[in-house]
Amino acid sequence: MIALLLAQTIAITGGTVYPVSGPKLENATVLIRDGRITAVGAAVTVPDDATRIDARGKWVTPGLIDGGTQLGLTEISAVNATNEGALRGSDVAAAFNVAEGINPASTLIPVTRIEGVTTTLAAPASGWLSGQAVLIDLDGATIEQMLIRSPVGIVVDLSEGSKSAGGGSRAGVAQRLRRVFSDALEYSRRRAEYTRAQMQQLAAPAADLEALLPVLRGQLPLIAFANRKSDIETALRIGREFKLKLILAGAQEAWMIAPQLAAAGVPALVQPLDNIPSYDALGVRYENAAVLAKAGVKVALLETDTHNARDLRQQAGNAASYGMTWDQALRAVTLSPAEIFGVGDRYGSLDVGKVANVVVWSGDPFEFTTAVEHVFIRGKEIPLRSRQTELFERYKKLPPQY
Amino acid sequence: MRPPLSLLLALTGACASASKGTSAAQAPAPAAAPPSAPAAAKSESTSVERPQYPSTYTRHPNPPVLIRNATIMTATGQEIPNGSILLKDGRIVAVGAKVDALAGAVVVDGSGKYVTPGLIDDHSHLGVYAAPGTDAESDGNEATTPVTAEVWAEHSFWPQDPQIPLAIAGGITTIQALPGSANLIGGRSAILKLIPARTVQEMKFPGARYGLKMACGENPKRVYGRKGGPSTRMGNMAGYRAAFIQAEAYRRRWDAWNKDHKGDPPERNLRSESLAEVLRGNMYVQNHCYRADEMAQMLDLAHEFGFKIRSFHHAVEAYKIADLLAREGTSVSVWADWWGFKEEAMDGIHENAALNQVAGGRPLIHSDSPSGIQRLNQEAAKAMYYGQRSGIPVTRDQALRWITANPAWALGLDSVVGTLEPGKMADVVVWSGDPFSVYGKAVQVYNDGWLVYDRNDPAHQPRTDFELGQTPAPGSDR
Repeated sequence: MIALLLAQTIAITGGTVYPVSGPKLENATVLIRDGRITAVGAAVTVPDDATRIDARGKWVTPGLIDGGTQLGLTEISAVNATNEGALRGSDVAAAFNVAEGINPASTLIPVTRIEGVTTTLAAPASGWLSGQAVLIDLDGATIEQMLIRSPVGIVVDLSEGSKSAGGGSRAGVAQRLRRVFSDALEYSRRRAEYTRAQMQQLAAPAADLEALLPVLRGQLPLIAFANRKSDIETALRIGREFKLKLILAGAQEAWMIAPQLAAAGVPALVQPLDNIPSYDALGVRYENAAVLAKAGVKVALLETDTHNARDLRQQAGNAASYGMTWDQALRAVTLSPAEIFGVGDRYGSLDVGKVANVVVWSGDPFEFTTAVEHVFIRGKEIPLRSRQTELFERYKKLPPQY
Repeated sequence: MRPPLSLLLALTGACASASKGTSAAQAPAPAAAPPSAPAAAKSESTSVERPQYPSTYTRHPNPPVLIRNATIMTATGQEIPNGSILLKDGRIVAVGAKVDALAGAVVVDGSGKYVTPGLIDDHSHLGVYAAPGTDAESDGNEATTPVTAEVWAEHSFWPQDPQIPLAIAGGITTIQALPGSANLIGGRSAILKLIPARTVQEMKFPGARYGLKMACGENPKRVYGRKGGPSTRMGNMAGYRAAFIQAEAYRRRWDAWNKDHKGDPPERNLRSESLAEVLRGNMYVQNHCYRADEMAQMLDLAHEFGFKIRSFHHAVEAYKIADLLAREGTSVSVWADWWGFKEEAMDGIHENAALNQVAGGRPLIHSDSPSGIQRLNQEAAKAMYYGQRSGIPVTRDQALRWITANPAWALGLDSVVGTLEPGKMADVVVWSGDPFSVYGKAVQVYNDGWLVYDRNDPAHQPRTDFELGQTPAPGSDR
């Protein structure tokens, strides 16, 4: 309904268009109507009623997608009153869907979208089997208006950070995960007996086991956070045993087994600028994303600092600087995350029929010299304002006028 | 997926935690000792006769180096296309469009490359919060009592921190390693040449003055609120004042005794000894402080006791009082874009450094992060271009000074390092391209003339003991 009310035709003309799904198009037009892309190319006829955006000399790309944030779920990291991403009290929280914790009025949303990031994953913040991540567009007055897909996957942490879930041992974590999965399957086969309390105690409450069934049917991805090579291999092993659809996150030592990941068809969410060694990943290095992409792994790049999700383009530029091709890096912040999160048919590229999340840049989106000139989310032009631009306006001349 | 680094720092109380122009003439900036000078002890050891923890730094012997045909960014207002720079015996000998060759010099072809001074980070916790980040290596906050002016970061510093070579590869040649910000007064900083070394003494910048880490705001009151206080910002202020009142009495006793050495010397007190050095003007206050109103309080504190605050660190609201800070001659050590990880960091804006620059202040970009320290050039680029896009006329040279000459000033080393000028220490970085491009990378790093890093030569990619047999060697996958 909202889309219809705002229905208008926008023609972004004369720019260098990077559809991502195909080669770049010089002096091309992107036509948007009713929130969708209706034409892309050099020979597009612009309707008379269209609002024209002159993009000559500009670069036009899909809106960037960051799969590494808690956007909408946090306002001030250190103020718990403003944080909604963690369900305390149970380390198995598969039924916990973060969507209703999202604050559409969060100040982080304008700060982020005016820098060209239009879509983000809102993921549970901590815990072990921590809940359901959802995908949102960074515009909308209500949670419903923001949601793109819910859930996108269920998150489990197989890294050092969640060893306590396995009694302090990685082996314990793996065994506990198998038990939860087995119990979910058992539960699904014997619901009636469960209801009559004729079963031994299960590894998690029924609601959480129920929530895991789409994962165990291979319909919903398990987003497995793992960094150490052996933990990634554990994720792959458990994935094979239960025939799971895996998304690997963190993945700091994934470069060591890139061919295996490619063969298994498991995509990876990586933060290119991770390179500080820890006992969770002594082999962490800048070239991770490049090695994975070269081996044929589908890679999405992350900026995991929620407040600075806008630095996703800096992450991508550095990924390109450390061995990804520029085209691979752009794909890894647009179409690849859209595909990994199950919305590749609607998001991530400039193709007819897709949701019109479009950014007009003054140049290479990864370069610091480049400004964001226009942002469209679902075909609606976003004013380039945020709380930070207001602070700047107030204090650019001192003393301020209160 | 994971808490961002800033949040982790915030929770541990590291620092982020929860962490020129006209003013230059006003602040006392005594020239640091020349590079060859031994560790100065004359004012330092007011209460003992013997030298305290001296630097054992010695220059690594190296052949002269001539870098030719590069764009030389001097940080003195000049960008020389197709320029050359000659390094010899640890000094910059000549810089310009034409530099005479020197027999025996290693010649580096700088075609397409850029040359800058070595980068300086005045806010690092390398070595004191070392990787791999275990409790065993967590040596940055003596969080046992709110005033610990008696602790020295160098006594925590671990030279085998594997984060050190990563920072070197980012073009860093000098750091200030600071205690964390859990305490009102966290202790002495260490000013270090960032080189491979067995001991911290070998890294101590000869002649550099110590910094005193102080912290405002949320961190001390969070850490001590339930441990006897302070639990409020007014409690923080009372805590600094009490410490300096004691130190002032201590300074008088020692200064009196030092005049004639009559009778027994007064009893030493390490805590007051550090603070007395601040009161004498021998040690620089490096003050973690986010909010504009709190910085104004700290300036009043400094006036009350007659010392200068050399730099406000983090200072996310410095742009709100850029006029005041410029008048006071206090530099601001800021990030390009960190914000929101705690309440006092909510008002961060991209234009902070640029607004302080045009107000006549002395901004600089710091990292407070083992990750960020590897790309100070990129952070400066962000701060510069956002400023320019907002209509603030900051220049490339000013932005370069944010990561070279200005942090050198904040450490009192601006006569020794921070620009490419004849006579300065040969701390020089060769970049693959424009260092303000996301694609520009340090390819060679010279520290005092020593080639400590070469991206294209594994023989000049030092690895720490920690890494041997434990982390993959560079290129091992190829």
